[in-house]
Amino acid sequence: MRILVCISNVPDTTTKVKFSNDNTAFDDSGVQWIINPWDELALTRTMELKEDASNPVSNVTVVTVGPAGAEPTLRKALAIGADDAIRVDAESGDAHFVAAQLASVVNDGEYDMIFCGIESSDYNGSAVGGMLSEMLDIPSVSAVSSLRIENGEAVITRDIDGGKEEVSVPTPFVGVVQKGIAKEPRIAAMRGIMMARKKPLQVVPAIEAEPLIHYQEYVMPEPKAPCKMIEADQVKELVNLLQNEAKVL
Amino acid sequence: MSVLVYTENWDGKFKKLSLELVSYASSLAKMVGGSVTALSIGKVEQDELSALGAYGATNVLSVDDAPGGLDNQLYTSIITAAMEMTGSKVLVLAHNNTGKAIAPRLSVRLKAGLATGVTALPESVDPLVVPKKVFSGKAFAKVKILTDSAILTLAQNSFELTETGGSASIEAFDPGVDVAGVRTSIRDVQKQEGKLLLSDAEVVISGGRGMKSTDNWGPIEELAEVLGGATACSRPVSDEGWRPHEEHTGQTGKIIAPNLYMAFGISGAIQHLAGVSSSKCIVAVNTDKDAPIFEAADYGIVGDALKVLPELVTEIKAAKAQ
Ligand SMILES: Cc1cc2nc3c(=O)[nH]c(=O)nc-3n(C[C@H](O)[C@H](O)[C@H](O)COP(=O)(O)OP(=O)(O)OC[C@H]3O[C@@H](n4cnc5c(N)ncnc54)[C@H](O)[C@@H]3O)c2cc1C
Ligand SMILES: Nc1ncnc2c1ncn2[C@@H]1O[C@H](COP(=O)(O)O)[C@@H](O)[C@H]1O
Repeated sequence: MRILVCISNVPDTTTKVKFSNDNTAFDDSGVQWIINPWDELALTRTMELKEDASNPVSNVTVVTVGPAGAEPTLRKALAIGADDAIRVDAESGDAHFVAAQLASVVNDGEYDMIFCGIESSDYNGSAVGGMLSEMLDIPSVSAVSSLRIENGEAVITRDIDGGKEEVSVPTPFVGVVQKGIAKEPRIAAMRGIMMARKKPLQVVPAIEAEPLIHYQEYVMPEPKAPCKMIEADQVKELVNLLQNEAKVL
Repeated sequence: MSVLVYTENWDGKFKKLSLELVSYASSLAKMVGGSVTALSIGKVEQDELSALGAYGATNVLSVDDAPGGLDNQLYTSIITAAMEMTGSKVLVLAHNNTGKAIAPRLSVRLKAGLATGVTALPESVDPLVVPKKVFSGKAFAKVKILTDSAILTLAQNSFELTETGGSASIEAFDPGVDVAGVRTSIRDVQKQEGKLLLSDAEVVISGGRGMKSTDNWGPIEELAEVLGGATACSRPVSDEGWRPHEEHTGQTGKIIAPNLYMAFGISGAIQHLAGVSSSKCIVAVNTDKDAPIFEAADYGIVGDALKVLPELVTEIKAAKAQ
């Protein structure tokens, strides 16, 4: 079995967000880039599957659509344990553009399981995984919170609104993963980092693809009114405010 | 230009979420000059279906012999058939697990630009430009749809219910799709019976590591019960196993937007706030006056949550009794 993990290169989750060019572009000066948290969990689970000899996992590839600046993030994924990496050389563009690039990578590579995260922590799209599966015309399973391999099929727990379901799906498919898929993300060990330098990282050109949407402008939220502080022995006053001022009780 | 809205049901009933979607679609239809058709999949009684009319749907398409489980490809085909049949150019769905699963597939199938997690009505309709949250709530973006057709997933609790008092005609709809192609098979379903879901709750009482131990959750549960709300927690609390994973809110957990969010012993890390900052009113109780939660809160008490909580339960019970 060959597994492809799609990796979105995102600003560290503690980044103070700023915009430039009249609020039409994200200002990435001084930003630390990381593997999107859900993609990191997907990669972690993939490594667990591969290490368990009872699973027929032969190869793990990571892929990102992005400029050369995204390569350290791919190297990090190699250091965590992926066997090889692909970078599609393009500015990442909208979800449709990205999914089209990934579909082309999948068509060139024959993967049995393809993992995406439930969203990128920057644009919060929740779109690429589903789009990719539709372009490939293969099943997708969303909100995956656990996954194991059984008789060549994947057995998956997914969240539905108001519960959980266990489903099974034959390969190939796209799994859109969320928290729970792995407990803690893996951190690359020194040995992994050394080995990652020698692992193959292939750069492929982008294919033509149309964007369907455009991020036209960014706006910061309205600054909030300062917090009204109440003395710890005035709990009654808090209740009064919630009832009569905020009107939320 | 007609608007199609997918109204999901839970065991035959629509929730507030579905009505929010219809309300939104109906305001949107006024802007683009058209009417709203609601699509319902699964067995729902006529009364329940026609109730959608009160929020602005003029027509309801009902596919009532749909298969039990959600197969993303099958649902994509059903909704595509409804879009084609009604000639709709805009589709509205919820930004929940279902919407996130099928909207992207529909975007490709219908060649329709997709904006997810939309927070308000469009600011222009030609071209269609809608606001959405980005960077986990740290900013908003205005998304321009570049295609003729558009798909919007609406963030929960971002649109008020608006009763228009109309009535809807109901039509049985046969999408003519083939279930033989379904490849995901459902082995087991576990519903969260009887419990108010965190994502549906108007009041959420939440505890962090400052609550010290799983044994101290009694008053949090009691407060939630008194207020008819749900309980939540920060990530370390669910990692420690003090509380179940479904309760973890924040960037990597659930994203919620209740009317009232009360945080006890939660520091207010940016990743936690990403899941709760859209709440209408936030109350924080924390021993550290410099805790970042106070920057996000509307009302705050610097003090020991373990002492404040029982008093709060008593005072709220007293206020409710009046
Ligand atoms: C990629 C990533 C994703 C993350 N996602 C999430 C997420 O989704 N959700 C999430 O919650 N976290 C998330 N985190 C973790 C987050 O950064 C914080 O570590 C976490 O939110 C802290 O939880 P806490 O406030 O309960 O604990 P702490 O930070 O330990 O804070 C405890 C607070 O309790 C106060 N306190 C102590 N005793 C009392 C008392 N007796 N009464 C009142 N107050 C008291 C303290 O002053 C302190 O402010 C994420 C982190 C990363 C790196
Ligand atoms: N530029 C990208 N390159 C590779 N994978 C991506 C990229 N953008 C998004 N993805 C994948 O799609 C998932 C969902 O992203 P999004 O639709 O942008 O929220 C991410 O978790 C990744 O797995």
